Order: sequence, then structure tokens, then C-alpha cells
Amino acid sequence: MALPLFDVVQDPGPDFAGLLDVLAVGTQRGDRGSVASTVLDGVPHGTTIAAARFRDGVVIAGDRRATEGNIIANRTIEKVFPADRYSAVAIAGAAGPAVEMVRLFQVQLEHYEKVEGSVLSLEGKANQLAQMIRANLGMAMQGLAVVPLFAGWDLHRSQGRIFTYDIAGGKYEEEAFYATGSGGRDARATLRLGFRPEMSRDEIVRLATKALFEAAQEDSATGGPDLLRGIFPVVGVIDATGYQRVGDDELMALARELEGELTTRRQPQ
Amino acid sequence: MSMPFYVAPEQMMKDRADYARKGIARGRALIGMVYEVGVLLCAENPSRSLHKVSEIYDRIAFAGVGKYNEFDQLRVAGIRHADTKGFAYARDDVDARSLANLYAQYLGQVFTHEVKPLEVEILVAELGRPGHEAQLFHILYDGTVVDEQHFAVIGGDSDAIAERVVQAYDQTFGLAEALRSCVAALEGDGQHLNPQDLEVAVLEDRGERRTFRRVNGTELETLLGDAL
Repeated sequence: MALPLFDVVQDPGPDFAGLLDVLAVGTQRGDRGSVASTVLDGVPHGTTIAAARFRDGVVIAGDRRATEGNIIANRTIEKVFPADRYSAVAIAGAAGPAVEMVRLFQVQLEHYEKVEGSVLSLEGKANQLAQMIRANLGMAMQGLAVVPLFAGWDLHRSQGRIFTYDIAGGKYEEEAFYATGSGGRDARATLRLGFRPEMSRDEIVRLATKALFEAAQEDSATGGPDLLRGIFPVVGVIDATGYQRVGDDELMALARELEGELTTRRQPQ
Repeated sequence: MSMPFYVAPEQMMKDRADYARKGIARGRALIGMVYEVGVLLCAENPSRSLHKVSEIYDRIAFAGVGKYNEFDQLRVAGIRHADTKGFAYARDDVDARSLANLYAQYLGQVFTHEVKPLEVEILVAELGRPGHEAQLFHILYDGTVVDEQHFAVIGGDSDAIAERVVQAYDQTFGLAEALRSCVAALEGDGQHLNPQDLEVAVLEDRGERRTFRRVNGTELETLLGDAL
């Protein structure tokens, strides 16, 4: 490795993905989608993710299952990642490219911050992610689509915000909540019924956990809380103090409560 | 017909070194100091936005004196190197030593082959962890690398300042004591430095991945305390 210095014309500035292109490291944006013309299957896919705004910020959550067709590929995969201090990204779709995209996104944000000496705005981060998804379009056409949710605390507006994407990199802002992935419809239905503006942190964590729980009832690709193995969804809360992952103790208590509700549905007391 | 004139290599190197040294001596000094639980970087720098001290990676910081545009270019190159390496391999594989070597290579190359040497002196600091001591790599304008123990002074008047630091230094310094001794050493006898004249940053473990933190505002004033 030589010291990466560039002349003025070639200089990628604070863009880390651009830097990788200039250095031609790995298989970055340039050659994606030129691998094969057939659709790949047998690749693990991540499933249900959800995000919702509340009084002091935003919550983002994902179940822990990855599937390969009708096989459970992984029971403990994590689909929610802090992107930086004030934002997080959750992924659905082909797990491999998705995790790699998140890794690149995390470095991209930190790289910008260090080179420029200032943090990107939340909108700026959301646009960066859109460009990465757009660059993945070739792979998406081969069945390796990545569809993330992006949520964060907007330091300029002092509020939590949620952005959703389509596989072509289209970026849309959601006013209240969203869920996507194979169990996304069921999760959205639960969120729609339970959501109120100005909910508290505890209420929104409960609602997001419940959305994933209900999705797991209807969708075989979504993993519910697993009390036997001690596997719980990843739930992250982002407020003015930054990203905080909800502890497993709290999620275990919620899982027991939700299972209790399920039991009373069957045997009214 | 004009004769191509001959300059002895010794003379050429000496001229270049004098040129670089002159440029560096014009700038204000900077101290890097290992204290009890971290590494302190303290510079005399009245600017709030043109930094001399910056973050390179999780446990690595950069400090430069001399010509701003030249050391800033090196700073960005360092961030690029570290981020690329951490992305290609793993975050733990990024270390200060290899970065210092790259800087040395580049500075040495420019010193001998380019028209003008870089008028910079830089410091690459890495926070220690159990089993690994903190490291301070001092890299000179001609590519010389010095692995400094405990503290390093770079920039103008560095010998006199180093003299003052060595008299006061103690490995068991906490942050406040280390900072005060640095400021006293930078001040010398004559001048007085206000918090506004200082740029201070530390590498310190706080249970987070990134350990670089700028110390300014009220925190800086509190730390300096009665030294003011």
C-alpha cells in the first residue's frame, strides 16, 4: 500500500466509495452486476424490518432470521446497524450484499466526518445510501436486491426521521412508521393499528417488538422471539443522545408479555 | 557558452534541510504527551477551524506543524489509508506504525526528488491498550522517523520546549496535570496562553470504538483551572 495521495483532478474528496473506485480496491461499484445474466438463488435473505417515530426520536427494529428458500439459513443474524452516532440502517433482502453495503455506508459516513471535520446532515446520509442502492441495481436484477430502511435523529430539525428505499435507489420519507421485507405487510398492519403520534419510548419499543412478533405469526421467513434459545429481535432507539440498542432483558420481558396475550386469545379467562 | 554548474550533494541536501527547517520554525509548537490513561495533543493554535490535530482512526491521531496545506494533505492521505485498510481487512489491523512508515517514505521521497521539500513535521499518536504501550511517531521533513517515549515536541522552538517538558514530566500525570504542564512548557517565561489560543485533543478509552475527542470550551477552562 502506498500513501493514497492524488492530484487535484483525480482527488475523490470525502467520498470513500469514490476513493475505492480510484484505488480499484475489491469489487466496488464499477463492476457490480456484470457477474452473470442468470438469477442467483440459494442465497440467504434477511426478512422483516420496521421503523417508527415517537415523541423523542425514532425506533428501528429487525427480526433475527435469514432464510434460503424454505430453509432457515441463520437464526441470529442482525439486520439493524448503527450507521453512525445519530442514525441506523436496517436491511432486508440478500444478506451478503446488504451487510457489505452497510459496512461501506458506515465507513463512508465516518470518512466524510473525519476528512471534512463536520458531520453530514441526515438528509445527506439518506441520499448517500440511495446512491449505494442505485449502484447495486445490476445485482438486484440478478436476485440480490437490498432494500434498507434508514432512520436517524436530525440534528438540524431536532426530530427523528425515517427514509425508505426501492431497489432502484428511490428514496422516500415516511411521516410515521414503515416496515418492509417478507413480513413487512403484517408488521405494517400492526404498526398502523397501534401507532399514535407522540408515543413514549417504552410504548414505541413495545409496538415495534409487537409488529415483528405479529409478522412472525403470519410469515414463515420472519423469526419471532425465541425464549428457548434466548434470541430476541434487535431494537434500536435513536434520540437526541444518539443510538442506543434496547437490552435483551427488556425484550425478553416484552416477549413473555406478547406470548401471554397470545395465550389469552386462545383461552379467554 | 554557459557551463552547467556543479552543486555538491551535501550542499544540496543541506540547502533543502535549511529551507524546510526555516519554514517549520516559523510555525507554533505542538506537544504530544502520554498520560496515565491516554494521549494528549496540545497545540498553540488560535484558529478554531484550521486544525493542527485530527482524528485518523479509532485509536490513532495526527498532528502537524508547518505549512497548513501540506500537512493537511498528509492528514487526509492518512485517513484514506487507514479507512481503506480497515475496510479491506479489519479495524484491528490498522496501526500507527505502518502509517508512520508510509509518511516517512513519502516525505523522504519528496525531500530527495522534488524541487521543494515539504515544510512540515508530523506526529502520529496511537493510544495504548493492555499489553501495548501508547506510541508517538515523530516524522521529520526529510522522512526521518523517531519513535518517541512519553512525549514529543514538534514545531518552532521545539528544543527549548522539550527541555521544559522533560523537567516537569511524570508518567502518572492525569489529564489536567498533563495539560497544565504542556501549556506551561509552551508558554515558557514570556508569554501567556489563553484557552482560546490552544487546540487540545485526547485519545482516551471511554468504552467506545472511537477514542479521539477534542477538548474545548468550558471543559478546557476547567482543566486548566488555576493555571490561568
